[in-house]
Amino acid sequence: MTTTAASPPSPTAIAGIRVPDSGRAHDIRAIKVVWKREMIRFSQDRIRIITALVQPVLFMFVLGTGLSSLTRGATGGLSLRTFMFPGVLALAVLFTAMFSAVSIVWDREFGFLREMLVAPVRRGAIMIGKCCGGATVAAIQGCIVLALAPLVDVPYNPTMLLTLFGEMLILGFAVTAMGLVLAARVKQLQSMMGLMQMILMPLMFLSGSLYPLSGLPEWMNVLVHINPITYAVHPLRQAVFEHITVSPRAAAHLNPPLTLFGWEIPILVQLAIVVLAGVLLLWGAIAEFDRAD
Amino acid sequence: MPPTVTEPAVTVRGLEKHYGDLVAVAGVDFDVAPGETFGFLGPNGAGKSTTISILCTLIEPTAGTAKVAGYDVVTQRGDVRRNIGLVFQDPTLDLYLTGEQNLRFHAELYGVPKHLVGDRMHQVLDMVGLWERRRHRVDTYSGGMRRRLEIARGLLHSPRVLFLDEPTVGLDPQTRNSIWRYIHELREREDITIFLTTHYMDEAEHCHRIAIMNEGRIVVLGTPEALKASIGKDRVQIHTSDNDGAIVELKQRYELDAAVHDGAVMFSVAGAEQFVPRLFAEFAIPIQQVSLARPSLDDVFLNYTGTTISDVEASAGERLRSAFAARRRA
Repeated sequence: MTTTAASPPSPTAIAGIRVPDSGRAHDIRAIKVVWKREMIRFSQDRIRIITALVQPVLFMFVLGTGLSSLTRGATGGLSLRTFMFPGVLALAVLFTAMFSAVSIVWDREFGFLREMLVAPVRRGAIMIGKCCGGATVAAIQGCIVLALAPLVDVPYNPTMLLTLFGEMLILGFAVTAMGLVLAARVKQLQSMMGLMQMILMPLMFLSGSLYPLSGLPEWMNVLVHINPITYAVHPLRQAVFEHITVSPRAAAHLNPPLTLFGWEIPILVQLAIVVLAGVLLLWGAIAEFDRAD
Repeated sequence: MPPTVTEPAVTVRGLEKHYGDLVAVAGVDFDVAPGETFGFLGPNGAGKSTTISILCTLIEPTAGTAKVAGYDVVTQRGDVRRNIGLVFQDPTLDLYLTGEQNLRFHAELYGVPKHLVGDRMHQVLDMVGLWERRRHRVDTYSGGMRRRLEIARGLLHSPRVLFLDEPTVGLDPQTRNSIWRYIHELREREDITIFLTTHYMDEAEHCHRIAIMNEGRIVVLGTPEALKASIGKDRVQIHTSDNDGAIVELKQRYELDAAVHDGAVMFSVAGAEQFVPRLFAEFAIPIQQVSLARPSLDDVFLNYTGTTISDVEASAGERLRSAFAARRRA
């Protein structure tokens, strides 16, 4: 992209490029270029950016508005839309990241995956690049939803925005890794789409993104605690609740602390759980891709 | 230790590949010299693509050994991959990136030194005539341009051996010719060994040496000229009103083995110019039309396998090919 010379250089001068042994520097170059490709592809896809905005808007303004007639009084004066806002951020990230991982099935379909897999570079580097790409794309998509904050009475607070962005990156990373595990196994795009829907719905419903986690029956409480997405939704909501005016009673009901056997899990530990889940899933995806050539 | 120059670019010994009961490659041996253009010729399903996939470290052999650029394809996969360029039968470009972006991606994955990427890219794009179109997205390229871009990409990291798996398949004759022009130019400009597969007989003439493969084995190996000379016979094609009768009569009267291909009786005979006038004088079944041909690689194939490439493809090839298609997806 910087070469502007008019005539090609003489062949003999540079015919002797010999690709060096793969080392850490090479792996990092590979991660960077795979990440960069995701960025280029995302920036070209205007339709995807817009369609990914439709779903959160529907949840927040249509479902949120519709349900608020039922929940009036139960939210302690807080608008249901405001309550749902952090959950909807999580959903935007969830769907975008999963979609990013699906692109590897697409790459396989169109042969480009082969170009990546035959390169003299570790599969791990390609998968890490893909995962970082998915996380970045998902976080950017989350920021587009984040821009709607004032419409639901959430202020633009720099600390809050930065915290949310970081948390969305972490969530995006874990979800992309999850998608890659599936994509390693499922070779057909149609099956992948179906499987994705099947997995996304329970993850979404059992994460506390659309309703508070207070007073849930025990069986559901167990499932919520198993779901790694829960540990990203609560930090997101916590970050938002710190910057809006809400009565302590309403906050306790709508944003109860996340506990494990009576222990209140600190936010950083929750985020660490999400990171750990992401790393384990990514490791699984790398192992899968290493096995299948 | 880097391999010495005198070492063969490719060495294959007793190579086999089985898929369950299906034997795709049934024991092949050959060497390819550095700087040579070596062609694998044979119908679909003959085992060409499987052999090339083993040499490119994409699949592991069931038995036997293979070395490429001095490295073992099983135990030194990374070294092999760094020293080969690949152009697959199926496209492997990202259509939504520009030609230049596709090459950049490749350069990074192959770890081409940063200060050399720009010049090298200019050089290979210029060689395939795509420098002017480098900023255009690949989905705007024609089929021939895409294949040329893949060839340029395969050369970007200066491989010692370039593998071209059916480089011209699915292209129109004019584009096929232009691809061959680029390959010849490439051979002159780069110190490179080219290993290609094709099932077009006429394309095999572009190679220094060819190996004819059928049913997983190398049937014969040599220069195109030597192979043609080894036949020493011309091909005669006659159209008659009674093909079956003509085959019987050719056998009885002249001891010639003939067969029907595309509605004509075909056989090989030495000195066809002298033979044909005799045939007209003596033959009982009326001959409506006759044509003679000097031996071509098609005849070489016919001679060594007893069948033509198109006949093989019509039968067994399809079954094998579909079996491969299922595997190649992975």
